This record gives sequence, structure tokens and C-alpha cells, in this order.
Amino acid sequence: MNQLRFTLNGQDVVAPGVRAAERLSESLRERLLQRDVKIGCNAGDCGACTVLLDGKPVCACLTLSFQVSGRHVETSSGLVARNRDAARLARSFHLGGAAQCGICTPGMLVSATAISTNGLERDEDSIQDALGGVLCRCTGYRKILDAVHHARKTGGLPPSSAEWASPGVRMNRIDGERKITGEEVFGDDAAPANALVVKVIRSPHARTSFRFGDLDRFVASHEGIACVLTAEDVPGRNSFGIFPQFVDQPVFAEGEARFVGEAVAAVVGEPDTMWWFDSEEFPVTWHKRQAVTDIEHALMVRAPQLHQTRARNTLCRGKVRTGDADRALAAAAATVSSSFRTSFVEHAYIEPEAGFARVENGRLSVHAGTQSAYLDLDSLSEILAMSTDRIRVVPTAVGGGFGSKLDLSVQPYLALAALRTGKTVRLCYSRSESMRSTTKRHPARISLRVGATRDGQISGLKYNGKFDTGAYSSWGPAVISRVPVHASGPYAVKDYLATSHAVHTHRVPAGAFRGFGVPQSAAALETAIDELANKIGMDPLEFRLRNCLTNGAPTVCGQVFETGVGIKACLQAVREHWTSARNEAASINAARVRRQDSTRRGVGLAAAWYGCGNTALPNPSTYKAGIRSDGTVVLHQGAIDIGQGSDTVITQIFANALAIENADIRLVGADTDETPDAGKTSASRQTYISGNAARLCALALRRQITRALNAGEDACLSIDGNWIEVKDSGDRRRLDLATVSANESGYVFVACETYSPPTTNLDENGQGEPYAQFGYAAQIATVDVDTSLGTVSAVRFVAAHDVGKAINPTLVEGQIHGGIAQGLGMALMEDFVPGVTDNLHDYLIPTIGDMPPVETIIVEEPDAHGPLGAKGLGEHVLIPTAPAILNAIHHACGVRIRQLPATPARIMAAIRNSADDR
Amino acid sequence: MTRVLQLKYICPSTLADATSQLNGDYRIVAGCTDFLPALRQGSSVGRLVDITRVHGLSDIRFVDGMWRIGATATWSEILKYPFPEYFDGLKLAAREVGSVQIQNSGTIAGNICNASPAADGVPPLLALDARLEIRNQETARLVTLGDFLTGVRRTVLQPGDLVTAVLVPALSDRHGSSFVKLGSRKYLVISIAMAAAVIGIDRAGLINDARIAVGACSPVAKRMEGLEAGLLGLPAESLATTLKVSTRHMNCLSPIDDVRGPAGYRLHAAAELCRQAVLKAADRVLDGPGHQRLMRAE
Repeated sequence: MNQLRFTLNGQDVVAPGVRAAERLSESLRERLLQRDVKIGCNAGDCGACTVLLDGKPVCACLTLSFQVSGRHVETSSGLVARNRDAARLARSFHLGGAAQCGICTPGMLVSATAISTNGLERDEDSIQDALGGVLCRCTGYRKILDAVHHARKTGGLPPSSAEWASPGVRMNRIDGERKITGEEVFGDDAAPANALVVKVIRSPHARTSFRFGDLDRFVASHEGIACVLTAEDVPGRNSFGIFPQFVDQPVFAEGEARFVGEAVAAVVGEPDTMWWFDSEEFPVTWHKRQAVTDIEHALMVRAPQLHQTRARNTLCRGKVRTGDADRALAAAAATVSSSFRTSFVEHAYIEPEAGFARVENGRLSVHAGTQSAYLDLDSLSEILAMSTDRIRVVPTAVGGGFGSKLDLSVQPYLALAALRTGKTVRLCYSRSESMRSTTKRHPARISLRVGATRDGQISGLKYNGKFDTGAYSSWGPAVISRVPVHASGPYAVKDYLATSHAVHTHRVPAGAFRGFGVPQSAAALETAIDELANKIGMDPLEFRLRNCLTNGAPTVCGQVFETGVGIKACLQAVREHWTSARNEAASINAARVRRQDSTRRGVGLAAAWYGCGNTALPNPSTYKAGIRSDGTVVLHQGAIDIGQGSDTVITQIFANALAIENADIRLVGADTDETPDAGKTSASRQTYISGNAARLCALALRRQITRALNAGEDACLSIDGNWIEVKDSGDRRRLDLATVSANESGYVFVACETYSPPTTNLDENGQGEPYAQFGYAAQIATVDVDTSLGTVSAVRFVAAHDVGKAINPTLVEGQIHGGIAQGLGMALMEDFVPGVTDNLHDYLIPTIGDMPPVETIIVEEPDAHGPLGAKGLGEHVLIPTAPAILNAIHHACGVRIRQLPATPARIMAAIRNSADDR
Repeated sequence: MTRVLQLKYICPSTLADATSQLNGDYRIVAGCTDFLPALRQGSSVGRLVDITRVHGLSDIRFVDGMWRIGATATWSEILKYPFPEYFDGLKLAAREVGSVQIQNSGTIAGNICNASPAADGVPPLLALDARLEIRNQETARLVTLGDFLTGVRRTVLQPGDLVTAVLVPALSDRHGSSFVKLGSRKYLVISIAMAAAVIGIDRAGLINDARIAVGACSPVAKRMEGLEAGLLGLPAESLATTLKVSTRHMNCLSPIDDVRGPAGYRLHAAAELCRQAVLKAADRVLDGPGHQRLMRAE
């Protein structure tokens, strides 16, 4: 009975031991090792597990395995190999840059194949209907839509490998093909099927003390359970965190848990036992206590205190001051005050945290998705009281990170369980576990006042931002230091006071999320700037142009950039569209009024800037590269590509600097045994900082070669098999690499270089040089507001981004599209409520039907420090989106929304209030 | 684990076999789009009775003045079927059920029996005056959809009962229907509120039949009887200017505050959605046959 037979990708297969209630997704992955089928939610909310069942797309997670008995199941890898339409789509996805992290790509490809066989991919609505059931958090969908649309037309050859060295070429992702077929190995894909399974026991309450029952008896009486782990089993320091002075988050809570979803214990057992394991059976009793659930409560004198050493529930404060804001505001011809609120925002990557660990020859290896291998290594070393040379961290492919995978998640549980049992262990968070326990974007309470002179010059800006940092510090201090530097926006503000304050509550820790508090601040500021421009009767774009930073003008930190200040160019780049879109909206609205249509069009603008790298802290990246005696060039690539494309971009930068014709460049890593520390994938730093380290490394390698060949540093080099040839002012010489003695790693030449941006500490008024480079942006949102229901649909975005130099324009566009989609979600629908919206049907992120076309305008104001003048981009892209949408809503229907998300209910309430006022 | 787990999967091919399995600890499953997401780890069900391979149970036929939609007809099959135009509201709802993946698996009877207040299929079927055919080992009976649903996740089904078909009485070709769903995003969205309408218009252009239902604003979707009565006899052509639906018409609803929206907003939205649904349904009659058919080609 429990033997299942069906046809999988054209082959008859038998899966033994299938359970009655087992999902097809699990049988495919665990019994048939068909791991191109990805699992994101187990609830039909994300579509990553889409397969064809007798030719029709279904979610494998919503199909009982036995329901496919005798039927045909096809997965992405099978389709690409066997189906012409799928193969064509795969190629179109690859050439069109339609895959970023790749976790949703198999689901997208399978869904697209289902309509392509009927030629329906020619119609955009049909594509949206077909792909509407697959969520993507990286791409903003537009490149996927285009790839499906143009699959039949996609022709031509991809850029040749010779072009790797030419910046500005749309090289295909180095890892693109394996992401598209589903062969990419993410956290749970790497885990052996027979590994022991770890299940974490978590607090059901925001604040609770707890007591365990008899754990020894629990283990002894449950066959198949290997052990239980609690705080007592942590050999080293039972806490982790990002900043050494703020390390505070326990691996397992001790005595009291401080948020819904905090870990208190873990159970480790045989896979079959753990399949049936119900965490309700775990012997623990909870005693719920009074919790602090918002900032206002946390700051009250009698509020419960989360951490003894942090008075008034205050984690830290930040400040930037220049000139005299009060005096300038008093002198201003017009001022605008704003109180602005935002919610928790969930990263909602489609891949939940997952990985496996094992102990081999006394060394522990942890394989899991992460944005920071070395931070994991150092934290594990502290937690386990083991030296770092006994631990190896091997990052798997990351199915979306956006900041949250900078913090530890599964790693300490895997490590402790592997060390305790001596066996291979695995852990994959459920969707709700992932959403309950990992970091979020900080909810903010922002109040600001900004003034302007009669002729439109900003006259004074005061800003205060309180950020709910949740129960533990995580990246709260980074938000607090970054926000006051950025709260001025990309404007020259002479009189300025910005303060920031991180407040603890009994809620999920808020940490790093694309922008570190700047998106919240920009939403408050850019809507106020719009209001101020209106108040003094100036066009919002002209007002911004009048005030924007320029080369040579000091920032609010007193930092002066002589080159590379691109905000003016961004604003000018969207100016023509701004005028035409506003005119078009006016005529559309006039027609709608005539035919009693209650929908109104609005066009809104917002600007942004963002500093790349850590704020006023050292931020090094180290790269190593070598040449083997067979002529292969190996780049030890420690920067972790989480979908944004750093593997590709950094290789392009490296190849450009190395400048060896026909070089066959192979990547190694990331892996703490193989790659030096390239720092974290955060703060939009990899293109700039790791790109520079890779560039320096290439130059050093090149120098060694030219020196060995007795040639000038600028000599032309080429590789042919194991021969390196130099052309130096008409002279040709060759070197047989096979004759040169190699080091113990097999390298004939090897170089290792570090780059850290030139920044300075900030003084008590926040004055100094916090970042070596800033990127700039201006975005225009066009929306339709249905004023009878309060719903908003985005019609179009125009996004101008100053990236210094677009090393790979396809990847730049991909970042912009994806950032806008996240900004759209933050603006209109995303609201994480701990304990309530911990799934992907109550917590909504944009679908393909919500994301309109985006016109991207790449602005290149070369940066003084960036490799080839390039700047980071990853976070800049979502900062202006939410305020541009809010300004567009105001333009459409006259209401100012000062709370995110701008849900239909909030917009409707504002519309009705404004009608009452009139 | 020490507990004994007797979990069995049974896949009967005849109705008689299916109903004979419905005793003791069992659970009827079909599309599994509600069953599997709600399945808790460690929970045990004695017997899973999968009715998707019961012969003839997904057939759609016209019998004795009634459209008979088999219990396991999927939303995709309903979308594809050449129903008369007054089924357009149901088809619009079918397109709004989750995603294509969900529509390919999810069944009409499953959507009803799951008894969610936000079931997309229920308002259009209420507006169509649908009945359910229920069988057990001994008998068969018909229950109106309004009577079938008794509360959140509650129905009149007794142990041993199986819903075998949804029956919709035929209407004249001067009936049009519509469905409007309000959510915070385009696809894969649970309604904040939704409304369905079936409107009949006589040869003189006066409304002679009006059935309007609202979902996601009460424990069970409701017919708006007061609003319906007020429409009868109105000239359909001028409806766009004369039709006023206010929250007073919605007083039989009892919406809740939740993450999707506060109760007050839901009431406001329900009134607006009713207005839109009535206008669209009437337009479908007034525009006459030949307006674009609602179907999704495979």
C-alpha cells in the first residue's frame, strides 16, 4: 500500500514507504531526491514547488503523494531537459536575467511552460494569470514576464567569455543556468535525506517564564529521539549578536523568553520520528507575563525592562547636528511638521532558513544559507567554545536574504546537535517559524519638521526617529547610526538636527533589512518635502533640484565629495517624464470625472541617497586569487551572492583588472576553509568594497606575472593552455606555467589583497566621513487610486539611479526592479504582526499582477573610490519607492497617508475624513 | 513515538465504495488545498478518503432543468466549461480562487465544505440559488447552500455524508451575473470583502430578478435580501445613476476587524462592491450575447 508508483519526468518510478498524508513535494525531494522542487511555504502561498501533474501546474505541497499514483509528474529540470518550450524558456530566462536568487525560478519556469505549449505567452495578461501563483521576492517580476513574453524571439548568442573583462557588458549570471533548471543547491537541498532532524521549541508568548518537565524521561520514553538541547547544553557563551558591545540574544532563552517564537529548546531525532513529532508534546510549562508591545509603552517609567543594563528599554541613540535647526526653522517662510509611523516588514525570501551540519575528524562543518560566513564562524566559535580552526562554515546558495540572513538562525542548533550526537543533522525552518523568529525591518515612529525660505531653499530640518528594535540588539545599532546621517535626504541642509533612538520591546528582533532604517526615514522626509514644495507653491521636482547636494557641497556630516554626487543628474533624468506624466494624469482625470469614474491617477516623486559600507567603521574585504600550472585562474570569492549577482559583477571587475586574454576564471567559495573574509553581504558594499579587493588582487597577480616575464606592468598578457604570453612593445615572450614550481595549494602565482573604504569616526555631533561613497536615486510612481474603495494600483515607475558605473546593466536593472517591488509592498500591503501574520497568505507581498512596468535610467557619475567608478546599489533601489507612491496617492486624491502600509482601509478613511473636512 | 498511528489512504472509484468508507475516524479529501495547509505536524487522521477518482464525480451536466456540477469538479474545469452566461459570476470567482495551481486542484465542493467565511465560490453560488446533493450509504438529499453553511467551518454534514454535486437551477438568458472581490493584491489573496450578483431583466428593461450575496463580512456569506427587493421593477438602463447602495443595506452583515481591514471599512466596501456587482451583472444582460466569454484557455 505505501509504495507509490508514477511517472516522473518520463521515467517510471517507485517510492517506497510513503505516508498516507505525505505531500508530493516531500516525496519528490526526500524519497526521489528531486530537489529542483523547492519548498517555500507548504501552504500553496508561494508556488515554488509547482510541478506539472498530467500537464497542469499544481503545488506539490498541496498534493497528497498518493494522488499522483499512475500519473505523470514533471519538474523543472525534467522539463528543461525534455520539453522544447521549457528549454526555450530556460534560455530566455538566462539571457534576460530573469533569475536572481533562483529559489522561485523552477516554479516560474514550470508555470510558464504550462502556457507556452499553447502559445499563450504572447499575451501579458495570460502570463500574469499563469505566474500569479508564484511569488518572487528578488526580481520585481518584470524580467520574468519579459523572458516568458519573448521566449520565442530570444535569439543570438550570449556574450562571449572574452567579454568578461569589459565593464558595461550584460554578461549572463555566472550561476544563472543552474538556478533556472533548479540544480542550484540551497540550504535544505544540501542536507542528506537520512540525517537526524532538529526541531526547535519556541515560546508561544511575547513574554513568558517557563519550566521544563523531566527532559531525560522525555528522551528515554520516546523512541527515535536522540537528545534534547537547552541553554545548559551550550558549552560556550549562550548569546550572539552583531556588535561586540551589544551581544545579547540567547541561543536558548534562560528562564524567560522575550518574544513570540524565541527558542527555548531543541529536539533532535530520527527523520521518521520527527515527522510525527508534535511540539505540543514537549514537556514545558509557560507562565505568561506582562509584555511591552510597543515603543510608547516601552518608554513609560513603569514599563517592564527587557535588559537590566539598558535603562528605559533603550538600546542606543544616535545624533547628527550641524548649524542651528531651531533658528533656521523659526526664520523659515513655511514649515511642515510630520508624524509618521511604519510597521514591521518581513523579508519574505522564499527560501526559509535551512542547512545541515556534521562532525568529521573532530572538525565541525555547518552548511547553511547565510549572508556572512565569517560572522557565523566567529559566533559559533564563541557559542561552542571551540577555536575557529575547528569549525568550517560553508554557505549554501541563498534563496533570498535582504539582510535577515546576516544574523544566525539555524546554525547554532545544527552545530550543537551535530556535536552532541556526532551525526549529520539537518534543520529547515517552517514558514511560520522563519517568520516568527528571524529579524524584521524596524517599525518607526518619526517626527520631523522642515522649513523653506520663500524662494524654495530648505531652512532647517529637525528629525527624531524612534525605532522598535524588538527584544535583542541584532542590527539595531547600525540603524541608529545610519539614520541621522541619511535623514536629510540628498539635500544640502545647513541647519540640521537628527536624533535616533532604538527601543526594546517584547517583540521579534528588528535587524538588517535593505536600507537599515533609511527607507522609513525617507518615507517621512520625502512626503514632507512634497508638502513643503506645495506649500510654497513650487514644483516638487524643481524644489528638490534647488536643494540637492552637488559636488563640493558639504553633507550634514560636513563631508565633502569633489566628484560623484549624482542626485542632480538623477532628478534631471526624470524631469521630462515628470512633466509629461503629470500632464497625462490631468487629462486622464478630467475624462474620468466626465464619465463618473471614481478612479484617479496620481504621479509622485521621491529622491534618495545611501552610503555604501559600514557607517564610520572599518569595513574590509579580502580576496585571494591564483594561477595554476595548467593556466586556470582561480578567484577565491568570499563575497556571498544572495541573488543580487555579486559573483558575476566581481568576476567582471576582476577580469577587467587582470586583463589576461583567454583567461579561464574559476570561482571558489564562499567557504571559510577556502576563501578569506570578504565581509558581509550587506550595506550595498560588495560591488564597491569586495569589487575593489578583487581588483587589487587581480593587479597584484598581474604584477607577479609581468615581473616573472620581465615585462612592464601594462604589458598585454594572454593565456593559452599552460602558456602565458606577454606582448610588450612589440616584444613577445612566453612562460610555461608547468615548469614553475607551485605552492602547496597548486598555485604558480598567488595574490591576496584587502580593501577597506577610507572613512573616519564621527564626532559627538555626527561630523566626519561616515562613508567613502554614496549612491543617489530619483523615482517617479504613477498610480491609480479607486476613491470608492481606497485601493491603489501602480501603473508605472520611472527610476533613475546613479550607480557610478554600471558594470553589468542587466543586474543593475534587476536590482532596481526588485527594490521597487519591495518598496511597493512596504508602501501598500506589508504589515508583520507578531503571532498573527506569520504566513504568506496573511502577510502579503506583491505578486506579478501588482508590479507595473519600470523604466530604468542608469546614471553614471563616477565615484572616486569605486572599482571602475562603480557604486553600490542593492539598498538604494527601494528607498524612494514608498514615498514616491505616497506622493502619487496624494496627487491622485489629495490625502496624505502618514502610516505604512497605506492599506485600502487607511486610504479610504483618509478620503472620507478629507471629504468631511470640506 | 509511543502512540499508534493508523493513517491510511483510500482512493475509492465508485460512489458506493466511497460512502462505505465514511465511518469511524475518517477525513474526506479531494483537492487538498485547504486540508494540507491546515494539517498540523503530528496530527493523526484514521483514514484519508480521497474522492478525486470516484467515477463521474467531477462531471458537469444539465439534468432536469438543473445544472449539475459534480463535487470534485475543479475551478479550472468550471472556468473551461461552456456554461450559460449567468454563470459568469461563478467563473469570475473561479479565477480568483488562489492561483492557477489552486484552481487546478481545488474543487467546488471542497471550497463549500471547508466553510470559510471568505470562500470565493460561495457568494456567486448563493446568488445562483445553488443546492447541494448529499449522499450517505442509505439516502440522498438536497439542501440549499444557505442552509448547508451554519457557521465558521460548520456545515450540516453528518458523519457518513458526502457532498456529491452542486445543483444550480436554470435561468432565462435574460439573466446576467457578476462577482467582485476586494483584496490588497492581485493574486493569491484572501478577500477583505466580496460580492456576487445575478440580475434578471425583462423585455421591458425592468429588473425582475435580483440576487446579491456578500462574502467575508459575516461568519457565513449572506444574501442581501433588502437590497434585492429594492431593485425589483427598476429600469436597468439608468441603474448607473439611480443605484445607491449604502451601509444601511448591509445591516445583516457582521464583519470583524482583522489584519485585512477593520469592520467599518468592510461594511463600506461591501456596499460599494454590491453596487459594482449589480451594475456589471445588469450590463451583461444589456450588452446582449456576444460579449467576451469568460474562459481561460488551457
